[in-house]
Amino acid sequence: MHEDQKTLEPSESVNMTDAATPAKTSESATPKMTARHVDVFYGDKQAINDVSIDVNMDSVTAFIGPSGCGKSTFLRCMNRMNDTIPIARVNGEIKLEGEDIYASKMDVVQLRARVGMVFQKPNPFPKSIYDNIAYGPRIHGLATGKEDLDEIVESSLQRAGLWGEVKDRLQDSGTALSGGQQQRLCIARAIAVDPEVILMDEPCSALDPIATAKIEELIHELRGKYAIVIVTHNMQQAARVSQKTAFFHLGTLVEYGDTTDIFTNPREEKTRDYITGRYG
Amino acid sequence: MTSATLLFLVIGLGLMAWFFGRLKAAGLQARDANARSVLHSLPNYHGWYVALWAILPAVLFMTVWSFVSPALITDAALTSPAAAQLPQDGFARAAILSEARAIAYGNQVNAFNPLSQSMVEPYRDAIAHYQMIGAIAALLLVFACGAYAWLKIKPDLRARTKIERVTMLLLLLASLIAIITTVGIFLSLVFETARFFSMVSPIDFLFGTEWNPKAVAGPRGETGFGAIPLFWGTIFIGAIIAMIVAIPLGLMSAVYLTQYAPAKFRSWMKPILEVLAGVPTVVYGYFAALTVAPALRDFAVSIGISNASSESALAAGIVMGIMIIPFVSSMADDSIAAVPSAMRDGSLAMGATQSETIKKVLIPAALPGVVGGVLLAVSRAIGETMIVVMAAGLAANMTANPFASVTTVTAQIVQLLTGDQEFDSPKTLAAFALGLVLFIVTLLLNLIALRVVKKYREAYE
Amino acid sequence: MNSLTETTRRPTDWQGKDMQKRIAGRYAAERRFKAMGMAAIALSAGFLAFLLVVMVGNGFRGFTQTELPLQIDFPAVTGGASPSQFEGPNAEANLQAMGLRDIVDSSIEIQYGREGAELFSSGGWTAVGAKILDDPEIVERQATVYLPATSEIDVAYKGDGTPAAEEQVRELKGQLSTGFNWNFLSNSDATDPMQVGIWGAFKGSLITMIVTLMLAFPVGVLAALYLEEYAPKNRLTDLIEVSINNLAAVPSIIFGLLGLAVFLNFFGMPRSGALVGGLTLALMTMPVIVISGRNAVKSVPPSIREAALGIGASPLQVVFHHVLPLALPGILTGTIIGMARALGETAPLLMIGMRAFIATPPSGITDPATVLPVQIFLWSDEVDRGFVEKTSAAIIVLLLFLLVMNALAIYLRNRFETRW
Repeated sequence: MHEDQKTLEPSESVNMTDAATPAKTSESATPKMTARHVDVFYGDKQAINDVSIDVNMDSVTAFIGPSGCGKSTFLRCMNRMNDTIPIARVNGEIKLEGEDIYASKMDVVQLRARVGMVFQKPNPFPKSIYDNIAYGPRIHGLATGKEDLDEIVESSLQRAGLWGEVKDRLQDSGTALSGGQQQRLCIARAIAVDPEVILMDEPCSALDPIATAKIEELIHELRGKYAIVIVTHNMQQAARVSQKTAFFHLGTLVEYGDTTDIFTNPREEKTRDYITGRYG
Repeated sequence: MTSATLLFLVIGLGLMAWFFGRLKAAGLQARDANARSVLHSLPNYHGWYVALWAILPAVLFMTVWSFVSPALITDAALTSPAAAQLPQDGFARAAILSEARAIAYGNQVNAFNPLSQSMVEPYRDAIAHYQMIGAIAALLLVFACGAYAWLKIKPDLRARTKIERVTMLLLLLASLIAIITTVGIFLSLVFETARFFSMVSPIDFLFGTEWNPKAVAGPRGETGFGAIPLFWGTIFIGAIIAMIVAIPLGLMSAVYLTQYAPAKFRSWMKPILEVLAGVPTVVYGYFAALTVAPALRDFAVSIGISNASSESALAAGIVMGIMIIPFVSSMADDSIAAVPSAMRDGSLAMGATQSETIKKVLIPAALPGVVGGVLLAVSRAIGETMIVVMAAGLAANMTANPFASVTTVTAQIVQLLTGDQEFDSPKTLAAFALGLVLFIVTLLLNLIALRVVKKYREAYE
Repeated sequence: MNSLTETTRRPTDWQGKDMQKRIAGRYAAERRFKAMGMAAIALSAGFLAFLLVVMVGNGFRGFTQTELPLQIDFPAVTGGASPSQFEGPNAEANLQAMGLRDIVDSSIEIQYGREGAELFSSGGWTAVGAKILDDPEIVERQATVYLPATSEIDVAYKGDGTPAAEEQVRELKGQLSTGFNWNFLSNSDATDPMQVGIWGAFKGSLITMIVTLMLAFPVGVLAALYLEEYAPKNRLTDLIEVSINNLAAVPSIIFGLLGLAVFLNFFGMPRSGALVGGLTLALMTMPVIVISGRNAVKSVPPSIREAALGIGASPLQVVFHHVLPLALPGILTGTIIGMARALGETAPLLMIGMRAFIATPPSGITDPATVLPVQIFLWSDEVDRGFVEKTSAAIIVLLLFLLVMNALAIYLRNRFETRW
């Protein structure tokens, strides 16, 4: 991994402690992930400007905002997928259970196993359904044997609500499934490595309404077992699946709070305009 | 007047025709300056119209004439008194005539046979006679057709349309040359191979295990045209040893350049590796024979292989493999690049390291493309000639010992066709049979490879 | 959603000893893999470097020759020739009439004794002739000329000879010197390695390439234009495309067989000539030009065609006035690359007899000729040690030409490449 290609300003993280204005949260539980004063640059261009946010275990957090507002960029910072873009640079501090994920001793391989990700377009590997799910446990050595691996595959597919549909054709190619099934397969694949956080980057944007409903239902089921962050451009979806909502605009976090508050009684003018459809 | 001068003359006259055609058209236009487009086409097109009329029929005639006139010339020469002394025997007669012809055309200075010398004069006369007829006819055609076209120039003549039709025909003809060449290759190989198979049984050729070509069959009818050792040698060098070198090096180079290397390094290194494909094969062959083969022989002797040959399958195979590296590498490069980046992201997001992603996701996903590339590389390797001619040797051994000398189909083709053999000898014709086998095998490999690659590309579109 | 079967699996202990060890192992595998990639590149590039070093190391000496001084007392041996004889149109004839060879031989005998002739390369006397033509005044005085020694001495002096030759070199130690081998650039093939040169082969290559270019370029460009701009979607077009792709992959030696069967035996064209060689290579190069030409034509954006059609240009005018000029740099790049390939090609030319011993450079397309790569092949087969360095030297010349051509292609591509 390109450990050397990202820069971390030490001075920035020192300032952190006193400047840590815990994002407006009413929960008492310790947050799973915390971000403080995060800036992201692509070359000279600043994509994210001073974002601080907490992600809790027991709730689904939705990132909303107009396209190009930086919500996906920020999501990709949370498991360091931005590392794959050589010109991307992250300043500030993101912590997972109190550990700085951009610290040099943080192992990005472990981090990504703990913080799973589901992408916009379903991206099953061109392998069998079984091998798709078993991929993560295999590379991380999570299974003790063949039977254990079978069990992981089965339980992951069950959690993703896909078991009933595919249990008789586990050796079929993952790419042969329908779009919605592929996306649930990808969620099952993420679950299989037993992550703590699951990041979903517009997971339903490529799916039809019925498949979308299934995914949303699945997100409900998974709440509480994993901290879930979902990026969506669909406000109804955010309202349906999330308990917390963060509104991004032009790379800054405009407002963050309980979903009901954001949608019924936003504090910021910009949020209100967006939610009522003035722009977007 | 030789045909080349005549051709230049015709073209020169054509240019004049262009000028006159254009002049007349421009005159037509100038006469009525008010109407802005009296002419359907620009004067230029009228010029070309006349020029093409002047040139094309004449050139067509000259082409036909060049095929017809030699027979007429020979006939005329044979009617001369000198021809009465010629021997009746067909072969000797033909030899004398062809020698006389060569002298008459100036391709040869002296005659070996005095009879030929006596035929030179009649030949010269006949050639001069028919060349004159041809030239006059061609020039008449130029003037007649040019004048006809010139007279046809009127404001509403659709000169441009006509020119465009001719040009389009020219474009089509140029494209058809590819088909003609393919058919030409196929027919000439099949034709000569059929003649070969009328002398040597195809079964003996394709399945025989002894390669020791003789012009005349041995006492038990054995001909020594068993090509199996050649096929084995070709596969051993081109498809086994060369690929053992080229596949890992090419694939790993492509992986490193696409997945790890910084952009700057990649932009320098890629062209450098491509130089390997641009070095002429004769240079590789010389290098293999001069440097690699002796080194390998010394090495083999030092590890106790006493019968190591100075021309070895290994030397040719290794050098050929190096030559093939850029092919494998660029095909692998393309195939890996065609795997959607979502695959890569998906794997990395699971916490896979980069090498795990490459080994378990990217390469398996790119495999059909890589396999297609390897097939193309194999087809290229088995058709490669100079390296094996210079480094692999000519001994048709059926051996799996890489330090021994083996021979290949291409090396034998060169061997059979160099030296002055008669064209009808089975030894010469055998080269065409080998060529046909090579052509068919490489064709099949290419078709399969292209199909595999195409299928694979479609899968990700 | 159905009820989920809850597993009792414990959360993964990422900080556990086993897991940490496993991760360390995975990173080690990562490093090994990366190192393998680097090694593959280093090996490939290293091989290229090795090849070039061997060729340059060997070939460099091919451009030099070992010389021996020879004193010629011109007034004495020529019987009082005057400089005016060697000026003007009759110079060559007078030189021939003088019997220069005997003059040189006798001078050698005077200076080096009876066995002296064995020290000098047999064709060396021609150098004296060239010297006289160059500076006719020389015949009025006693002069020292440097003539090439025999190939054995040459090889030994350069440090790689037989024991006998080494002995000769020791005896002549103080007198031997090294000079630039002009012969190598101006002569043609010969039996004595001291007298060989690449001029004949170079000229053969040049004539062959001109024939190839004249045939392959127009046909290739026209075919590319037809296929990309006009060809209807039908079986014939498919057949043309398949043929072109196939021809591009046919082994070059097959083209040689075609040339032999069709051009030589069927049409009876002159054997060994640049005409047949050029024709054969043109058939080989044409598909390369067509393929690169099509890509170049394809990259011209449709908007340009629409613009031209919109102002009433005919389809042909669109292509010849707009598309072709814009695609030309790309086509030329492909053409140069195809020509470079043809220049390095050997096998098909062996088939059509361009491997003859050519001691006089060809002067037309039907004269027997050879080309640089074939000359390299022929010299590589020679037993005489002196040919090793000549072969490598010829390779250097060939590689230099290829380098120039490829550099030109890259320059063209970078200079004229337009991103639409």
